[in-house]
Amino acid sequence: MRVALFITCFNDTLFPETGRATVELLERLGVGVDFPFSQTCCGQMHFNTGYQREAIPLVRRFVETFKGYEAVVAPSGSCVGMVRELYPMAADLANDKRLAADIEELAPKVFELSEFLVRKLGVTDVGAYYPHRVTYHPTCHSLRMLKVGDAPTKLLEAVRGIDFVELSEKEECCGFGGTFAVKNADTSIAMLGDKLRHVLETEAEVCTAGDNSCLMHIGGGLKRQRAGVRTVHIAEILATTEEKIKT
Amino acid sequence: MTKVAPDAFSGGKTPHFEETARESLANAQLRRNLGKATQTIRRKRAVAVEEMPDWEELREAGRALKSRAMRHLDEYLLQLEESVTRAGGRVHWARDGEEANRIIAGIAKSHDAGEVVKVKSIATDETKLNEHLEREGIEAIETDLAELIIQFAGETSSHILVPAIHKNRSEIRELFIQKLGVEDLSDDPPDLTNAARLYLREKFLKAKVGISGANFAVADTGTVCVVESEGNGRMCTTLPPVLVTLMGIEKIIPTWQDYEVFMQLLPRSSTAERMNPYTTFWTGVSEGDGPQEFHLVLLDNGRSEVLADEVGRQSLNCIRCSACLNVCPVYERTGGHAYNSVYPGPIGAILTPQLVGIGKSGSDSLPYASSLCGACYEVCPVKINIPEVLIHLRGRVVRHKQDEGGLKGKLDPENVAMKAMAKTFSDPRLYEGAQKAARIGQWPLARSGAIHRLPGRLAGWTDARDLRPVPEQTFREWWRTRRNGRRD
Repeated sequence: MRVALFITCFNDTLFPETGRATVELLERLGVGVDFPFSQTCCGQMHFNTGYQREAIPLVRRFVETFKGYEAVVAPSGSCVGMVRELYPMAADLANDKRLAADIEELAPKVFELSEFLVRKLGVTDVGAYYPHRVTYHPTCHSLRMLKVGDAPTKLLEAVRGIDFVELSEKEECCGFGGTFAVKNADTSIAMLGDKLRHVLETEAEVCTAGDNSCLMHIGGGLKRQRAGVRTVHIAEILATTEEKIKT
Repeated sequence: MTKVAPDAFSGGKTPHFEETARESLANAQLRRNLGKATQTIRRKRAVAVEEMPDWEELREAGRALKSRAMRHLDEYLLQLEESVTRAGGRVHWARDGEEANRIIAGIAKSHDAGEVVKVKSIATDETKLNEHLEREGIEAIETDLAELIIQFAGETSSHILVPAIHKNRSEIRELFIQKLGVEDLSDDPPDLTNAARLYLREKFLKAKVGISGANFAVADTGTVCVVESEGNGRMCTTLPPVLVTLMGIEKIIPTWQDYEVFMQLLPRSSTAERMNPYTTFWTGVSEGDGPQEFHLVLLDNGRSEVLADEVGRQSLNCIRCSACLNVCPVYERTGGHAYNSVYPGPIGAILTPQLVGIGKSGSDSLPYASSLCGACYEVCPVKINIPEVLIHLRGRVVRHKQDEGGLKGKLDPENVAMKAMAKTFSDPRLYEGAQKAARIGQWPLARSGAIHRLPGRLAGWTDARDLRPVPEQTFREWWRTRRNGRRD
């Protein structure tokens, strides 16, 4: 199977290691990976902040870049949520029937990494080794928009050496919310405070999730507190193997 | 004269959500009260919903029924007028809050009522009926316990269902001692309730006019319904000889049978009960029993404008259960007053700006009072896709600023930055250039692997969070080296 990697502009620029891990992981599982260079940003930040007319060219670019692929995989629940759930709204706004039809065909082929692994490839044990105490925060868009369910936890539980610990009140938003984190910084920080408390209660060394945006927010708070807990994208955990640690 | 804080429906300017939220967030007592209350109610709700095997079907039925009612609202309203009139009631049409207030004050005056007793009603809060009546020399007495508390305190409601959720019992005790003139009063809830009960009994028996809102009204029978917990509503709607009901036009349901769906959805979603203690239905007037004069005032006040918006109109399906408030991580922390509206929480964030009209900076900030986490949509008993409407309204707010905000709207720093970024993302070469520029441009900010302070509005991020600097190599740069490496 060959897939196109939708890296997302956020990971491309700020978290390239997540992208590298995603490629390693997919290739290890026998999936061929293409990286179409014409991709930039899915338009989520613009669309969700209200700059929707400005997002339409980005929606078109995404559709032109990825249509024709058997599957598109992204290490981000949020950006996949944008494509699957909000692109139809963008096509309505653009009043473009052809775009709407293209989206209807493309959207179901766009997958968040964990759902691609569990639901499309049918694997839960990806051969990873990660000897750390880890807790998992289900990000809102992967949980409630994409409904990835227990796919990420199944993957994590199958990792060798891992000491997986459940996060309490895990389904509550961490407070990131895109531009919300800046526009309503005080509320965002109040939400983060509770999330950090729950993370620290688990005594985990690592807090993981399927979205680096939420992790940047949680990790930024942990780092500011010098809490000694780090955030790592789930792709990086799943890409880690015993051989890789040795080399 | 009672002074109540102005809100989005008072006509003047209101503060932005982020400003009022900042004040509420700093109130530790409020945070604790709200956190405890919302967490308890949402756990209870989850249990009450869990025991319904057909909950999802019920939600879908609720959505479908309400959507049908909204689609044919014109016909159903005329049908309701006919059925109420046939049953001996009188129907009045009010274009806005002022007209509704005038009609209601006129009815009270025609009966020489110096005092009216009220059932809890957000529609009357929306129109500012109490203040209007006061100006006309009529005292409106709130009979719902929580409404009475905030009326005594000269405050406004901070929750759709639990208006005094922000107050604790010792504050209530102080208030009752002061306002009811009782001396020996503990802060035990039964004691407090008893004190209010003694005061209210007299009011119920004396009042010539009762005023209520409506949870539902059936188009084909003309039956109006109030769903409540305390029984004060039953008193107000049965004891005084005259009953006036103010109802938003969206409260209509097509047939009597539709109650079957809503009476299962509403109590479980709002109070987490299988059935609420008091549900009062009345159809016009019945000779020799209950009020002998019934007026139904149908309120538009912006609702037909909401109906014209294809995405936004689902907001009118709301049955005011408040489940979305109780699960909202924003509401839980800021409380209702931060929303500066009689409709707080997620539903308020979509209802308020639509009802008062886009283009008012205070209420235009409300669609942004959400992290778009989607918890509200998950619990909504009539499946209002609140995140979708929030996003849609953000779009309307921005387009309004860009198209009608003149030069100021165009030069708004956010608008300028967003446009520039959109242009950058529209071309991979510009995008890669920007990636490199970010790496170079951040050097004055990055210290030992972290950015501790960002300039301007972005400082909101670094107030409590470090930021990681842009790494040395982007993903696409790595991909290129990797591909080149392979070729070698």
